[in-house]
Amino acid sequence: MASNHKQGGSNGRGDENASRHPPEWADGLKQLYDSVVEEALPDAFKDLLDRLDAIDPPRGTNTSPDGRDSGK
Amino acid sequence: MSGDPAAGGNRTASEKADFKRELTQVVPHLRAFARGLCGRPDLADDLVQEALLKAWAAQDRFEPGTSMRAWTFVILRNAYLTDMRRNRFRGEYDEGVAERILTAPAGQEEPIHLSDLHRALLTLPAERREALLLVGAGGFSYEEAAAICGCAVGTIKSRVGRARAALTEMLANGTIPRRSTGDDIAHRAILEELDTVAAGNGVSSQG
Repeated sequence: MASNHKQGGSNGRGDENASRHPPEWADGLKQLYDSVVEEALPDAFKDLLDRLDAIDPPRGTNTSPDGRDSGK
Repeated sequence: MSGDPAAGGNRTASEKADFKRELTQVVPHLRAFARGLCGRPDLADDLVQEALLKAWAAQDRFEPGTSMRAWTFVILRNAYLTDMRRNRFRGEYDEGVAERILTAPAGQEEPIHLSDLHRALLTLPAERREALLLVGAGGFSYEEAAAICGCAVGTIKSRVGRARAALTEMLANGTIPRRSTGDDIAHRAILEELDTVAAGNGVSSQG
């Protein structure tokens, strides 16, 4: 979201070792990430969270009785 | 690790509802991070599910008001590293890469194909790849990325710098390993076998 328009010469960023300008693929990397973020979320994820919500035991019985191991 | 009571046992209903809502909101980000880490959409989603289970079980340790995305990324990253140690993602690109170097005409101002970029990204050592993903794609600050990876800020900066240099060079020289379809299918079969073994349904458990 930070506005980073190309500016003519001076980029006033103080970092001593900041690269002179972002590599041309830098946007591509964000696009890769954002393209996944914007994908429709498979139902499996909502289902999983709903199931977790539903089985959530009322209060701590010492270990979960339903045989689900936490897998470490 | 600390003998947890039931997940969220100490939280009020509304805190638990908040937790679930926030967790749901970061799922797309977890998927994007996981996809960048392990490359294969199916394995990435498995990883996200694993991370969600762990996050749910650990919800008492989440401090409301802090970044759910950062918190869950730590969990996802740990799950990824554990799976890496179990060789689940072995061989995605690192075996036989040298023989399959593609030499493309260099120096043309051609648009960069995202698939090339993604493949190049996947050839980076895991710790550089994750550093670059966090900072360059996820938009985390160096400080946040360092906290997620549990290392010094300087370490993150150096990893990001090396990752950037390596990608720039690969993309400029066209030396990006090319994935061959046949291999991929064979590879997938092997991985599925591994999954079966890992799930305890395999031939025999290997010690």
